[in-house]
Amino acid sequence: MRVAVLRFPGSNCEPELFRAVERAGGEAFFLFHRDTDLAGAEAVLLPGGFSYGDYLRSGAIAKFAPIMEAVRRHADQGGPVLGVCNGFQILCEAGMLPGALMRNAGLKYVSRPVDVRIEHTDTPFTCAYAEREIVRLPIGHGEGRYVAPDEVLDQLERENRVVLRYLGGSADAPANPNGSSRDIAGICNRARTVVGMMPHPERLADPVLGSDAGHGIFASLLQWGATAVSGPLSTVNGQRTTEP
Amino acid sequence: MTWRVNVRILPRTGLLDPQGQAVEHALRALDFREASNVHVGKAIALEVDADSRDLAEARVREMCDRLLANPVTEDFEIEITSEGSP
Repeated sequence: MRVAVLRFPGSNCEPELFRAVERAGGEAFFLFHRDTDLAGAEAVLLPGGFSYGDYLRSGAIAKFAPIMEAVRRHADQGGPVLGVCNGFQILCEAGMLPGALMRNAGLKYVSRPVDVRIEHTDTPFTCAYAEREIVRLPIGHGEGRYVAPDEVLDQLERENRVVLRYLGGSADAPANPNGSSRDIAGICNRARTVVGMMPHPERLADPVLGSDAGHGIFASLLQWGATAVSGPLSTVNGQRTTEP
Repeated sequence: MTWRVNVRILPRTGLLDPQGQAVEHALRALDFREASNVHVGKAIALEVDADSRDLAEARVREMCDRLLANPVTEDFEIEITSEGSP
């Protein structure tokens, strides 16, 4: 599977994404924010970091990067897209996922492990995990408090679109690190193929680091790619993946 | 004509504004006990070429909707502070 890892000015951890894809058996390649087509990518990963310096708001400028038009077309056709951290912020700003990510409730940049539960395994990025599996992943963000109107939050719950949720907490991995609504750590779009998450699975995807808890995200993608029929998914026929 | 415009952007009322809260606590620590309901936002100053004040405002509103403010989390006010100059 050919997997594009995007690079915006100010991205970080994109080499880790690249390596995590390769380790899962995929063929990774970088695309630059100024590129205008996906060069045959079957999946697209948006990295973390501080695209365009996080000026104005996180992701607010990246959403207009030339490459994003191609990403939107890919998503509209049912192609898998993952946004990690700043990538999640970009997908929300671009309207490809609902809601927004605001300043952490505690005001501090938080960098530490968190326990999250895989709430649903029917997405291209979680299908290799067990339903309700608990994984410990690193986070590193100052703006990770997921916010959306109550009716949107209700809709996300009803449609089983809260994909990752922060858990109750322990001494070394405290609960909800940022005041996120309903402990949301990651969500997907209606078609379930566009996923955004605040934790950084690529930072913990190799046993040499002491854990490869994040490897499942990339193993999921490869597994999904191997089983999915080629071409647009029937579940998204005619349905735009852009959120209201 | 060129219009001088100020856009004031504030966190949407009702959403947790930790930055505003921190500033409020700091003001109280300095004994400014009369201060309450503090919010921190941003101000964007710009000049806009448009044939009329209404047209200028309409264009700036569009800028806010598309880029300057986040419709989920922020409210904005547009102030046109000076008459256009040719």
